[in-house]
Amino acid sequence: MNDTIRDVVFVDGVRTPFGKAGKLFEDTRADDLIIRAIRSLLRRNPGLPPERVDEVALAATTQIGDQGLTLGRTAALLAGLPRSVPGYSIDRMCAGAMTAVTSVASAIASRQYDIAIAGGVESMSNHPMGEGADPNPRIVAERLVDPDALQMGVTAENLHDLYPQLTKERADAYAVQTQARYAAAVDKLSADITTMAARSDEGWTVATGDELPRPGTTMEGLANLRTPFRPHGRVTAGTSSPNTDGATACIIADAETAAELGLPIAMKMVGFAFAGVDPETMGVGPIPSTEKALARAGLTIDDIGLFELNEAFAVQVLAFLDHFKIADDDPRVNPWGGAIAMGHPLASSGVRLMTQLARHFAERPEVRYGVTAMCVGLGQGGTVIWENPNFKGAN
Amino acid sequence: MSATPLDLPDFEEEVVTESYVRFLEPRGLGGKAAIITLDNGFDHTKPSSFGPGGLKSLWRAIDAVEAEDGVKLIAVTGKPFIFLAGADIKLMPSLETREQGLALAQAGHALYKRLKDSAVPTFAFVNGTALGGGFELALHCHYRTVSTTALGLGLPEVSIGLIPGWGGSQILPNLIGIEKAAQVVVGNPLNQNKMLKGADLVPLGIADAEFEAADFIEESLDWAVKVATGQITVERAEIDRDAWPLVIAGARKLVDERVHNASAAAVRALDLLELAQHATFEEGSLAEDEALADLEAGPQFQSSIYAFNLVRSLGKRPEGAPSPGLAKEVRKVGVVGAGLMAGQIALMFARRLEVPVVMTDLDEERAQKGLAYVRAEIDKLEAKGRTSKLKAAKLRALVTASSDKSVYADCDLVIEAVFEELGVKQAVFAEVESIVSDEALLVTNTSGLSVTAMASGLKHPERLVGMHFFNPVAVMPLVEVIATESTDKETLATAYAVAKKLKKTAVGSADRPAFIVNRLLGRMLAEVTGAVDAGTPVEVADVSLDALGLPMRPFALLELVGLQVAWHLCQHLNEDLGPRFPASENLRRMAEADFPVFDAAAKGKGKLTEEAKAVIALGDSPSTADEVGQRILRGLTEEIGLMLDEGVVPSAKQIDLAMILGAGFPFWLGGLTPYLDREGISTDVTGKPFAE
Repeated sequence: MNDTIRDVVFVDGVRTPFGKAGKLFEDTRADDLIIRAIRSLLRRNPGLPPERVDEVALAATTQIGDQGLTLGRTAALLAGLPRSVPGYSIDRMCAGAMTAVTSVASAIASRQYDIAIAGGVESMSNHPMGEGADPNPRIVAERLVDPDALQMGVTAENLHDLYPQLTKERADAYAVQTQARYAAAVDKLSADITTMAARSDEGWTVATGDELPRPGTTMEGLANLRTPFRPHGRVTAGTSSPNTDGATACIIADAETAAELGLPIAMKMVGFAFAGVDPETMGVGPIPSTEKALARAGLTIDDIGLFELNEAFAVQVLAFLDHFKIADDDPRVNPWGGAIAMGHPLASSGVRLMTQLARHFAERPEVRYGVTAMCVGLGQGGTVIWENPNFKGAN
Repeated sequence: MSATPLDLPDFEEEVVTESYVRFLEPRGLGGKAAIITLDNGFDHTKPSSFGPGGLKSLWRAIDAVEAEDGVKLIAVTGKPFIFLAGADIKLMPSLETREQGLALAQAGHALYKRLKDSAVPTFAFVNGTALGGGFELALHCHYRTVSTTALGLGLPEVSIGLIPGWGGSQILPNLIGIEKAAQVVVGNPLNQNKMLKGADLVPLGIADAEFEAADFIEESLDWAVKVATGQITVERAEIDRDAWPLVIAGARKLVDERVHNASAAAVRALDLLELAQHATFEEGSLAEDEALADLEAGPQFQSSIYAFNLVRSLGKRPEGAPSPGLAKEVRKVGVVGAGLMAGQIALMFARRLEVPVVMTDLDEERAQKGLAYVRAEIDKLEAKGRTSKLKAAKLRALVTASSDKSVYADCDLVIEAVFEELGVKQAVFAEVESIVSDEALLVTNTSGLSVTAMASGLKHPERLVGMHFFNPVAVMPLVEVIATESTDKETLATAYAVAKKLKKTAVGSADRPAFIVNRLLGRMLAEVTGAVDAGTPVEVADVSLDALGLPMRPFALLELVGLQVAWHLCQHLNEDLGPRFPASENLRRMAEADFPVFDAAAKGKGKLTEEAKAVIALGDSPSTADEVGQRILRGLTEEIGLMLDEGVVPSAKQIDLAMILGAGFPFWLGGLTPYLDREGISTDVTGKPFAE
């Protein structure tokens, strides 16, 4: 038995345009979003024979209705993959697609699969956060978790309380920056955004880009927004990721299999970690998960040249940056903007971070390592460290 | 002055299909795309169609597109699964004058021409059903994409007495050549109204590109952008302009052979296709306008619409059927007999009901022979791809055979398909009744014996019902459902529910001899043989109804039915209904002949051998073909009048529906009674028309 670990690579990622919940994709099925992402991914990679796919791992936070019925299997069938290709569904709330990637990566590294499709979808139009949830009464009775922890906006307010240096002004400034960075990079981003048909009572349209970004956002514009999670609070719609509809998908492969099939290698996986934190301050989750992943990889934060951090809330990104002593406007962090601008369709965002990091790697051969990281509801963080195959030595 | 949609009066009952316009800026186009969506606001079970309101909406949509700056491509598509199902059939009866028909024709032309003449490239994204005027809309666009799994595509106008008159007869032959166009415009509608599927369009040259349904709109738009920007050049096969005369001549011969030119629409469609070789589009459009106006004002079209609506509404909701809620569940079926008919019935029940079906016959050998036939039929279905491997395996598992009737013990329905003899059937039911539960349905497939007489010896006559299937059972869409005086509601409801599951159209008939279809076909043959017996040569009598365009001439029908069966029916009708059905001596001679009566070389054409002609004794008062034709039609009229008097069916509608589906009588006759009415024969014979 060959018990050596194999190299796992990220071949390519693609996503649908992201729509504002209740708007563009209101009448579009979630499974149709992920099916389109998978089909686009396969079309972009004609070198991948579909029958070679060993697994289709798809994430959704609310796995009922058009996100239920073992979406990984049903979407694979509906996307036209051969019936011999298996699939399953996966859930780690916002880190669903990230977990889909790490799960299939683990299986590839240990020689169980050669190649897999991982991704995620969330139609927050069809499935508002917490839909159908039935929290155990012990949560309240035994004071296991503050019920506020189930409301993500409240956990973001909690971070402002806990870390007074994370002011509303810093959060607003961060949001202005991410909107501006998105606006500057919108053409580059579009390379990995497929088109998506959307039907409404007024007929068909075909979406070609994200619906949510607000280019030209200013400090003044953000200053007086409502604070929906607490009277006179600090977290506003302007510093939060909005409710979003969208899907992502990527190809994860054994390095040798990718080479055999002539598939491009965009990133090499170095390692990953997940970690738990207090559910009431779930936004700090990526801090311990990143520490853990770095330690296991034998790296330090100084080795990381690029960060793709999911912006659930500006304050939660700032907590991460403060912890690692990174400036709020560090150009290594979310160079093309983040979820505050483009949106955060919960379970699908992990692969969106990876797809963007892969693009940065291609442009930045001087960077060797990059991190994708995100916080997760109920107090978790997830981090994947990637190596740039284009690395040509530091400047 | 030619009409546009804006000149048309509104049609109150129209469910308006709106044309919604959305502008977007696809990557790489360097401008805007306009997507026009045709949507009537209902799901796919109510397909979009065009009346005056729909035409106006598309007219205004094109106005809006033309008013927009920077539009680089225009695409038309439909709501999910439906592109556009054509002109609204419900509108048709409201066209009272020729002028109204002409205006509608012109308005369609004026509208679609805007897509054809557009300076901006136009595309049809044919995402689903596109029939008639919907198909023609697509033909006017400069380019077409089609969803590979779209169903219900084509130009079926000829089947309802019209022609593709919104450009179809002129554009299609010039796009794909006359041979394929003649098939689509005339051949398919006359061949049980065969439709095209999505995957047919690119091979035929009708669509330029095909995409799978999963992301059809996206991929179509992507393709359209590449065409509009010159990245893709659409190449179409050169058509053979020299083929025209030969193809048209061949098609005319076919229409003559198949329906003896009785279909005015088919003949007119061929005229238009012929014209398309040299005519300009404008000349062709004018000819289409005139043809549409003529046909819409003519009798065949009105009869066709009547027939269309019969099949669509009365066929779906049979009159006299009890509430479906009363139907009993059928979880196992018994078939008595293992002959050819029994085997066909067993296979049909297994395929459609997907419950165990057990056949029996007198001994094990016959039972197994019947089973072998069924298995061979399943093999054929599988080999042709008509059923999946799994479904075929399931069918093989469901159908069994035995010589021991105790296998009926747990059947919920037992149908007999044994020899057509009352005593035999009575004996069968007596035996079966001793085995099955008191609630199990007993069903006879008799083609005309008294169901009441069969019920007379039963302990529970209330569970006996007749279900008369037509040969070949798998193909013929009709079943006559016969209740006796004692049949209870649950039994009758179950029979109708089973018929529906079998995908048959059920028409109820009183328990009168030969029910509906066989009684009328029997009367028709009685008049034909009567004319021959009287001295009319067979060749003359055989062509006497050619003007009606029936699917078969009388002697071809005799050949199909079989002379023994026909003779049997003839005697039986003679006994039950009297001298209107004389026991023809010539029919007896043919049935009892010990030599081939029909020419094997002309199989199916009803051509007699010389030996057969030699034994036919002609009387001394021959008739002309016209006289025989009148004799038959008057005979049929009399018979229908009697059937209505006897209460065989509640109205002439059921007779027409039964003749359309059970005997293949054409739409342009409206089945039969609209033809008899419009020819004045019904008034002449019975004193009033059949139509109420």
